[in-house]
Amino acid sequence: MNITRRHILILLPAAAVAWKSVLAGTPEDSPNYNMSEHWWGMLIDISKCIGCGNCVRACQTENDLPDGFFRTWVERYHRSDWHLENPEVISPDGGKEGFPSVQDDPGGEYFFVPKMCNHCADSPCTQVCPVGATFISPDGVVLIDQTYCMGCAYCVQACPYGCRYIHPTKKVADKCTLCYHRITKGLTTACCEACPTGTRQLADLKNPKDPIHEFLKTHKVQVLKPQLATGAKAFYNDLDGSVR
Amino acid sequence: MSGYMYPNEITLYWSVLIVLYPYITGLVAGAFILASLERVFRVEAVKPTYRLALLTAMAFLLVAPLPLLFHLGHPERSWEMYFTPHSTSAMAMFGYVYLWYLMAVLSFEIWLDYRREIVLLSQSSKGLLRLVYKIMTLGSTNIGERALHIDERVGWIVTLIGIPSAFLLHGYVGFIFGSLKSNPWWSSPLTPVVFIFSAMVSGIAAVMLIYMAITKLRRQPIDTRCVDTVAMYMFYIFIIDFSLEMLDLVHRIYEADESFRSLNFMAHTKLFFSQIVLQMFLGTLLPLILLFLTQIVQLSEIARKRIYAFSGCMILISVFAMRWNVVIGGQLFSKSFLGYTTYKVGLVTHEGLLVALGLILLPLFFLWVLLKLLPPWSESGASAAAD
Amino acid sequence: MNGFKDAGHLFRFAGLFVVAFLVFWVVRGFVVPKSFGQYGHYRAAAVSEYAARPVKFAGHQACEACHTDIASTKAGGKHAQVNCEACHGALAKHAEDPTSLTPPKPDTAVLCVRCHAASAAKPKDFPQIDAVSHANGVPCETCHNPHSPAIGAPPAAAKGGAQ
Repeated sequence: MNITRRHILILLPAAAVAWKSVLAGTPEDSPNYNMSEHWWGMLIDISKCIGCGNCVRACQTENDLPDGFFRTWVERYHRSDWHLENPEVISPDGGKEGFPSVQDDPGGEYFFVPKMCNHCADSPCTQVCPVGATFISPDGVVLIDQTYCMGCAYCVQACPYGCRYIHPTKKVADKCTLCYHRITKGLTTACCEACPTGTRQLADLKNPKDPIHEFLKTHKVQVLKPQLATGAKAFYNDLDGSVR
Repeated sequence: MSGYMYPNEITLYWSVLIVLYPYITGLVAGAFILASLERVFRVEAVKPTYRLALLTAMAFLLVAPLPLLFHLGHPERSWEMYFTPHSTSAMAMFGYVYLWYLMAVLSFEIWLDYRREIVLLSQSSKGLLRLVYKIMTLGSTNIGERALHIDERVGWIVTLIGIPSAFLLHGYVGFIFGSLKSNPWWSSPLTPVVFIFSAMVSGIAAVMLIYMAITKLRRQPIDTRCVDTVAMYMFYIFIIDFSLEMLDLVHRIYEADESFRSLNFMAHTKLFFSQIVLQMFLGTLLPLILLFLTQIVQLSEIARKRIYAFSGCMILISVFAMRWNVVIGGQLFSKSFLGYTTYKVGLVTHEGLLVALGLILLPLFFLWVLLKLLPPWSESGASAAAD
Repeated sequence: MNGFKDAGHLFRFAGLFVVAFLVFWVVRGFVVPKSFGQYGHYRAAAVSEYAARPVKFAGHQACEACHTDIASTKAGGKHAQVNCEACHGALAKHAEDPTSLTPPKPDTAVLCVRCHAASAAKPKDFPQIDAVSHANGVPCETCHNPHSPAIGAPPAAAKGGAQ
């Protein structure tokens, strides 16, 4: 079978709901969205994050999330010079309402780490799903078919990053979709749209013009838990070794 | 909660029901191994437990998927496991292994072994029961010498296939946990092996206790040679199980990788009672010492039987504690290795204590029905004489 | 063939298996979703169902199409990279039909400090203030235009309206 043909999906329903004003701004989108031309990831620049929690709130608004569960959250690390392996981490309510301020620096490094699904290319979560309810879409986004998921929570156990949860009322697995309904319409994700500092940048690795390529060439970029070889596609700039 | 958990980790997703599931499948596998001792390895002394072991395995196997089903968010979708099994998922393969074991091994072997009785009962019994037995004969009343001889040969082959199947059944349960690289408490190639050996010990202990209890209830003498032999096998397999668990523990302590601090702390606090006290000292070392005494010291028959009964109970508790420590313990620490959460079992919730208790008692009810339907003893004297 | 005859009951048992397997296969044909397996081991239609969901954040392109004055003020200032909905919230409803929803004006007392309150945890080059000593209770927009906050930039109170 012809692989490229197989992977082409023209998203007609998407076109139906994409309204005029969006299309006017981004003519190349929706009806012509072609899955085989994209491979999505995310760039997260820790050196820019101010821990405002805009991304967490935006995600919850955009995706109608239940309280106490997070598709994205922000952690604040405090790493003193002699506790490299044991940093002090907080994330009050996922960092949704920001963080308590640190007035006098008691020594050591403070920084914020936004977390989200890494949309791994060799994802441990899709590997273990017994029924094929979670999968990597042809454009590299790890999605959950919530009409098919039976809620066994095996994927929740398999995710090394704690990105999945069982939705308290739907009783199925839930996680970041990389705002698939937005990126297929030519928009960026809700968290990127709401991020005031440009910490988060949606990245299309198949698009040669995407600034991600230049960034990856010129910066020291790392993924979370690289020893687990998950093929994570959330790329962190300025990632401290104590982050896990 | 203490330290730092990823926010989605604060809830535990695998409850006490998922503790029951490997426990119950373990009892199935262990009971079957005991039955195969007589059938394949010709250990004649354990003959009185042969049919009882098969029926016990069956009773527990029927209940084995229930804790999973109750735990699912959408149990009505569980058929997807069979219709679209995902080839890379250990859990999906387990569905087929379960079905294979239930139908091709256990049902078939019990049917072959009981065929003569089933045919006779279908002719002697009355009413609804007669219909049940009629269906169970599958319309064949051929119990001629040649037919029974064929059954004997085929049954032997089925048991032979059954041994690796029982290992597969329970090894797969271990693999479901052992293959997750996200969780260092589970991720180990030893996990499936430890699961299998602890399963064998617990299954043998369960059948032994059931045999002793039922014989007492029937006011029959307990076959001392039989329980001596069963206890001896239980002791030796328990030694292997204990060695493997210690190997796993020593390996973790010596290697002390990035997760060690976290896991070590957990074993000394939240899991101290269930792991160190219950599983290792009361549940493993104590019965091992007692069983060791029965092997080297000449004890009276009554003392031996009491030791066997006590050790059997402790082993059942120990293996349950081991499943608990694996399943619940594996979710108490954060995958960031920076914090811990707690697990509280609800009482009447749909994954609570009452449901769990019900699921432990249900196999005993099934066993009672099976014993009524296919009594292992009334004919056992006759068939032993016929051999 | 006496051997076959005496093994007849075994074939009955095997027959059960065959029947069960056939029933399984037929039922499977009916219940497995049509698009299952089209791209991989999942229901392909789930992908387009995700794509078809409505958005709540309109995206700054939609805002800028009408609010050209604010867009140009913002483009020259320090907040050029801050998207409209980062402060004003999700407004796809307003973008779709401006009359249906008039976005409330954000309260600068809450909004500004969310980012600019001083904290040692924030990057050193990020502008930070101590809310109490910096403004002494005076609202932020008295001195700073939120759309171009540097002092000396076009004055505040330039209320944005669609053109």
